[in-house]
Amino acid sequence: MSDVTASRTVFPAALSIWVPRLEAVIIPIGALVVGLGLFAVFLLFLGRSPVDFFALVYKAGFGTGFSWKNTLSRVAPLLFAGLCVALPARLGLVVIGGEGAIALGGLAAAVMGVWSGALPGAIGLILMAAAAMVIGGAWIGAIGFLRIKRGVNETIASLLMAYIAIALMNHLVEGAFRDPASLNKPSTAPLPDSLRVGDMPIGIEVHWGLGIGVLCCFLCWILLDRTTIGFAARVAGGNIRAAQVQSLPVGKLVIGFTALGGSMAGLAGYFEVTATHGAANASLVVGYGYTGILVAFLARHNPIAIIPVAVLLAGFEASSGLIQRRMDLPDATILVMQGIVFVVLLLSETLYGRLRIFRPDLWGGKA
Amino acid sequence: MTEDLGIWAVPVAMLGGAIRVSTPFLFVSLGECLTERSGRINLGLEGTLVFGAMAGYAIAFESGSAWIGVVAAALAGAVFGLFHGWLCRFKGVNDIAMGIALMLLGLGLAFFFGKPYIQPVAPDLPAISFGWWSEIPQIRAALEVNALFIVGILLAFAMAWMFRNAALGLRIRVVGDSADAARAIGLSPNRVRLWSTAAGGAFAGVAGAYLSLYYPGSWNEGLSSGQGLMAVALVIFARWNPVMCLFAALLFGAAGALGPALQTVGFTSGYYLFFAAPYVLTLVLLIFTSSPGKAMEGAPGELSITK
Repeated sequence: MSDVTASRTVFPAALSIWVPRLEAVIIPIGALVVGLGLFAVFLLFLGRSPVDFFALVYKAGFGTGFSWKNTLSRVAPLLFAGLCVALPARLGLVVIGGEGAIALGGLAAAVMGVWSGALPGAIGLILMAAAAMVIGGAWIGAIGFLRIKRGVNETIASLLMAYIAIALMNHLVEGAFRDPASLNKPSTAPLPDSLRVGDMPIGIEVHWGLGIGVLCCFLCWILLDRTTIGFAARVAGGNIRAAQVQSLPVGKLVIGFTALGGSMAGLAGYFEVTATHGAANASLVVGYGYTGILVAFLARHNPIAIIPVAVLLAGFEASSGLIQRRMDLPDATILVMQGIVFVVLLLSETLYGRLRIFRPDLWGGKA
Repeated sequence: MTEDLGIWAVPVAMLGGAIRVSTPFLFVSLGECLTERSGRINLGLEGTLVFGAMAGYAIAFESGSAWIGVVAAALAGAVFGLFHGWLCRFKGVNDIAMGIALMLLGLGLAFFFGKPYIQPVAPDLPAISFGWWSEIPQIRAALEVNALFIVGILLAFAMAWMFRNAALGLRIRVVGDSADAARAIGLSPNRVRLWSTAAGGAFAGVAGAYLSLYYPGSWNEGLSSGQGLMAVALVIFARWNPVMCLFAALLFGAAGALGPALQTVGFTSGYYLFFAAPYVLTLVLLIFTSSPGKAMEGAPGELSITK
């Protein structure tokens, strides 16, 4: 008899832990489905077939080995840019300036590469990554510093600093660090082959940025969900005053998390330079930082969830070319789809805690 | 005949550039100022502005009248503003993040529907010459002023007057400073914010129409250089004061015109740094006027970015 009563009490206890967690998975997925549904309606209004569209997206993004290569090669910068938004978000900060840290991180890596050309490749690559992380971390960390020391709003500061960073990058690439041989597109000096990161040995031509990015996502998840630092950050993000009453080091947490986020964005720039372009130039500024905002919000700032979300969005972007050719739709179609999904997703925030099905404590009918 | 103005070519070109470049800054910042005074922030004005540029250009081309294009851009902007205002009244919806999402959507829709209008040539908005008194062609060119710039100046002073004296302006301010106080005197904060956001969107639409119908005067996807995004910074710079928005817009415009003006006299380096100067200035201002304990001076009390 005692066994039966024990199992009865255990069952609802497990439910009360897992059902609310399910909420954090089902609501974003539901928002994604509703958003794509609204986009299908948009296509129907234009007299286009949503079925054809989604079939093409699947084929071009995920259907074949070649399309997987195309998709996965776009994932790395989205992982890093997503982390740059998600880490400060744990503290309740909306940092939207990852684009600037990507630009300066990439530049720092390229300049370090030129200086360390005589060193062995492995050391040069590590120095380049360190430079990118330090510069990116300092740039976004400064935003956290200003927030704590001066109360400067981090969203506006990060926006301004992204503009300043991009201007600085362009100025230096066209001036002090310009390779005189780059005529039409001012760039830093091309990196030697020993300082180019290669592909991972996984049978698909995808550079190491993907592997390191996934690793960083797992490490950040451990930091946030499995350490006392992460727990302190969550407390501070929920209620700064409560955190201060508990004498948590809010200032250090804010500066540390923004700097860590910035160093992730710096790594995005690093891999763009060392794996993709081979030099720093205006190609670093193509909007990864802004797509990263969407990635982080879709993943609800959970580093592990960033991985599938980044793959999904990269697949959408990889399919853009085929959609243009086959369906004669503008390349902005994917942007419209992203916009609709993003709006629905943010609107779904209003549902948390209001759906009875995710509140086992209310199932009995009593409040 | 072109006269050699020597070093004076720089300030003259800057004056002309400031007037030309500042008009979109002026409209979009007045729109953001109105929205923020009601206690809400719209970070999506960049998308609204670009969509307004596209809609204004397309309608001007189809109708043959640039002014009908401006009206269409304002209407399109108001629809975006209404949408933002409606979405943000739901509990738990973050107005900053929603602005970014709507920026993405606005840009996407503008590029999507604007594709067929990149080639055609729409009628331009007319300019008014204020340089008739001068013999010097550069000064005449600098004083070719678009009517929208004058409308913008009048609008700035009208808004300043409204916030001080008119019942409507006082209502917007009450809602922006304290939603509780507004409810206590029978105002609906959500409704006031909805219409303030709509009007702000309409101004951003006009700013876009200026870009596509006057300067640079054509529609393409790289038309805006972030004027809509910068509106938020500009309004902080102007301390939520419409007349200060006018001066801030002129300053941002002059800084943007400094690079090209220096190029005309053979000074080519530092172009990007001059372009970034207003952003540095805004950041410095933000750092010196913020403080950890209290809201910024002049900021509406309900505004999420200053609380």
